[in-house]
Amino acid sequence: MIVYILKRLAVAIPTLLVLIIVSYMLMHFAPGNPFSSERAVSPEIMKNLDAKYGLNLPLWEQIVHYLWQVVAHFDFGPSFVYKDRTVNDIIAQGFPVTLTYGFLSFIAAVAVGVGLGITSAIRRNSWLDYCAVGLSIGAQVLPNFVMAPILVLIFTLGLHWLPGGGWSFHDPRFWILPVIALSTSYMASITRITRSSMLDVLGSNHIRTARAKGLPNRKVILRHALKPALVPVVSYLGPAFVSMITGSVIVDVYFSTGGIGKSFVDSALNRDYAVMMGVTILLGTLTILFNLVVDILYAWIDPKIRY
Amino acid sequence: MVFDETKMNSLADATSQPDVAGRSLWADARRRFFRNKAALLGLGLLIFVVCFAIFGNYIAAWNNSDIDYNVMGDASLSGPSLSNGHYFGVDDLGRDLFARTVQGTQISLLVGIIGSAIAVIVGTVYGAIAGYFGGRVDGVMMRIVDILLAIPYMFVLILLLVMYGRSIGMLFVGVGLISWLEMSRIVRGQTLTLKNRDYVEAARAIGVPPLTIIRRHILPNLVGVVVVFATLLVPLMILTESFISFLGLGVQEPQTSLGALISEGAGTMNYGTLWQLAFPLFFFIITLFGFYFVGDGLRDALDPKER
Amino acid sequence: MPLLDIKDLNVRFGTPDGEIHAVNGVNLSLGRGEALGIVGESGSGKSQLSFSLMGLLASNGRASGSVTFDGQEILNLPEPQLNRIRSERIAMVFQDPMTALNPYMRISDQLTEVLVLHKGLSKRDALKEAVAILDAVRIPDAANRVRLYPHEFSGGMRQRVMIAMALLCKPDLLIADEPTTALDVTVQAQIMELLGELRRELGMATILITHDLGVVAGFCDRAIVMYGGRVMEESPVDPLFEAPSHPYTRGLLSALPRLDEDTAATPIRGNPPNMAGATVGCPFRPRCDFAEGICAQEMPPLEGFAPGRTRACHRAISALNEEAAA
Repeated sequence: MIVYILKRLAVAIPTLLVLIIVSYMLMHFAPGNPFSSERAVSPEIMKNLDAKYGLNLPLWEQIVHYLWQVVAHFDFGPSFVYKDRTVNDIIAQGFPVTLTYGFLSFIAAVAVGVGLGITSAIRRNSWLDYCAVGLSIGAQVLPNFVMAPILVLIFTLGLHWLPGGGWSFHDPRFWILPVIALSTSYMASITRITRSSMLDVLGSNHIRTARAKGLPNRKVILRHALKPALVPVVSYLGPAFVSMITGSVIVDVYFSTGGIGKSFVDSALNRDYAVMMGVTILLGTLTILFNLVVDILYAWIDPKIRY
Repeated sequence: MVFDETKMNSLADATSQPDVAGRSLWADARRRFFRNKAALLGLGLLIFVVCFAIFGNYIAAWNNSDIDYNVMGDASLSGPSLSNGHYFGVDDLGRDLFARTVQGTQISLLVGIIGSAIAVIVGTVYGAIAGYFGGRVDGVMMRIVDILLAIPYMFVLILLLVMYGRSIGMLFVGVGLISWLEMSRIVRGQTLTLKNRDYVEAARAIGVPPLTIIRRHILPNLVGVVVVFATLLVPLMILTESFISFLGLGVQEPQTSLGALISEGAGTMNYGTLWQLAFPLFFFIITLFGFYFVGDGLRDALDPKER
Repeated sequence: MPLLDIKDLNVRFGTPDGEIHAVNGVNLSLGRGEALGIVGESGSGKSQLSFSLMGLLASNGRASGSVTFDGQEILNLPEPQLNRIRSERIAMVFQDPMTALNPYMRISDQLTEVLVLHKGLSKRDALKEAVAILDAVRIPDAANRVRLYPHEFSGGMRQRVMIAMALLCKPDLLIADEPTTALDVTVQAQIMELLGELRRELGMATILITHDLGVVAGFCDRAIVMYGGRVMEESPVDPLFEAPSHPYTRGLLSALPRLDEDTAATPIRGNPPNMAGATVGCPFRPRCDFAEGICAQEMPPLEGFAPGRTRACHRAISALNEEAAA
């Protein structure tokens, strides 16, 4: 088990380094950036940048320097646009919001998706099954950027039930629409994957063995079918997580929640490369860590890969 | 980018089996496909959307860039109307929404198809080479894929678009180049199995060069998976492009795409101009449904395992 | 009273391509302690027959007819009543030990759950019992290996675990569905030997389902030969080999490689039957060297022709012998 985790780490760490190095090089060679001095950058910012990146040094030294700053001090340097703010300030402001509704959405998607998937597989061809299948087909064409305006149209403009934007840590009413908008399509995918893998497992030989033992249906499902049915779900969690992080950008922009995604889009429009890089690296790190957790979860479920 | 890999692999196995005497895989598949109602519906939707994109401009009464000052800015006049030739109404700048939707559909379809073609070509070649040569080559190539899969590609894509210019060509390439990874994994797995088949070993024994073997014996067996994968990839490409355009980071005015139109419509819907959201959204949804239904139908036709 | 009595058993599967007739009007009975072989190629319906007895058909399968076990009708019983018979009175050894054991559970858990359920043992006692039964099927170092997962065993060892699992409750009837097909030849012999010993020790009735006539010869008292979901011939084992009465049985026998004679094994021509829809006439007719006009029109009835022997064929045995000699 320990060897297995070390092996996964051996993939995770280089991934992170590659991400940081590639981002830095992209920025370095991009046209119209402060390093190529084609653009007018205010002198104060230039001074900040010079101090921070050592722009007169050769590229590889700059990279090592930046890497060291990021890895050792978790310091992404100053903004290219705002002279009194660092990337860290901007992240510290938006990240807690994104983290909060992101976490809630993820939990909702997994809990509802797995529950609905299993029930609809067991009660195949019941009305519940048809609803679940209908939902999972429908939600495929309702990604977050379509869900968001539709939800606002119904619950804010139509029914006046919920606020159509803004954020408060103290008032859960602000959380509901972002969470629904972000989680629906993943909930649907998880339902579909769970259902079809559960059906596959229920038709497999070892389930027939379990039935031949005389186990009651409940035990057959909980003891014998659940774990194998969850394997494809677990392997979907990694990509779903990445995709949800991406989707949070839409939520932040559309619902003005003040999360980190909004900073990303703003910095993209302002060409504030430092903020873009900071956000990309932060979310990339989160993704990589999450994938590590998924791999461990995988090994816990499937004894065959536990070495 | 999310695919159910177990289903894809099962499909790959099913389509690379030698034919049972007297039964052709493709003839059977065609029969099953045309009996599948959802697939036929999808095919109908696709034909409709493609006709709309190709011939729409011939029925449009207005050009997509002309501004109709008569109806502009007046919500009571700018709605859909047959009498003034704005079948879908006008957008908030007074441009004909019908012509804009035709243009948006064209661009979205183009991004989807070209992006998916790039992904399929790169993925197939990469996967076939890794699988065929095996050993250390395979190890390194697949490790690279692992690393790339763990990166939140959307951020990197936006980074690229912002830094190197938001041209539509960049969008094609960017969208295509981030989605070949899963294809390459499936193709590699299948190649590993195929290369141990007798006829491939025989070809190798008589000295046929590797690339010829890949071209003549491996790739033809992959046609089924590739076709299904490509069909299911198109809607994902369209989603990716729409996502970026929704944020205002994708195609640039005067060009437009369904994502950009949905974004504009969502931005103005609280002024009561709902048609600006509804028409682009309608075409967006039926395009996605069309591709999903056809893709799923093809997969079930080629791999008729009960699920 | 026989232990098991099957009357007019039919098994059908509904598929999008039409109904599959897997088992058609099968009658058979089995006494206590008797060993019956069911022989046929893949697709002859023999496995589905055994699944239907225990209510293990796939969800699109339907069984009709009558099956009495120890005087009780068991076909299509509701699940809770069926669960009291499964494993406790009728147990099954499946074909592929690779997939029939749960790959995600330790062997110990897979064995003990049966004892906890049916015998009400505590976990600890159940574990002791499980180790004892693994010893009985000769798994070396059972006390330690009981903690392993299925993939940590070899194919032969896994099948021993399967057998141990089936014997936990000392059932009255053991159904072994191709227990050796997935195994190496040398291991096959060991498994059959083990099964034979255990059967004698416990006095269980046994149904051995196989496509391998050689396995039947050493193990069974009686055998039925199935083709296309129908019984073609039923006979005690010795006369079946000395004087097979049905063209299909003859075909199966001459397809066996023999060491004592200098003749090559000859396979039966053609492909196994397509089971979709009801067939008219004898299902073996397209592959039969002795077929006549009537064979295409009606299915021959099963008729007794010697003590304990029945056959379903329009052609007389003497006619078969003459044509074969010519």
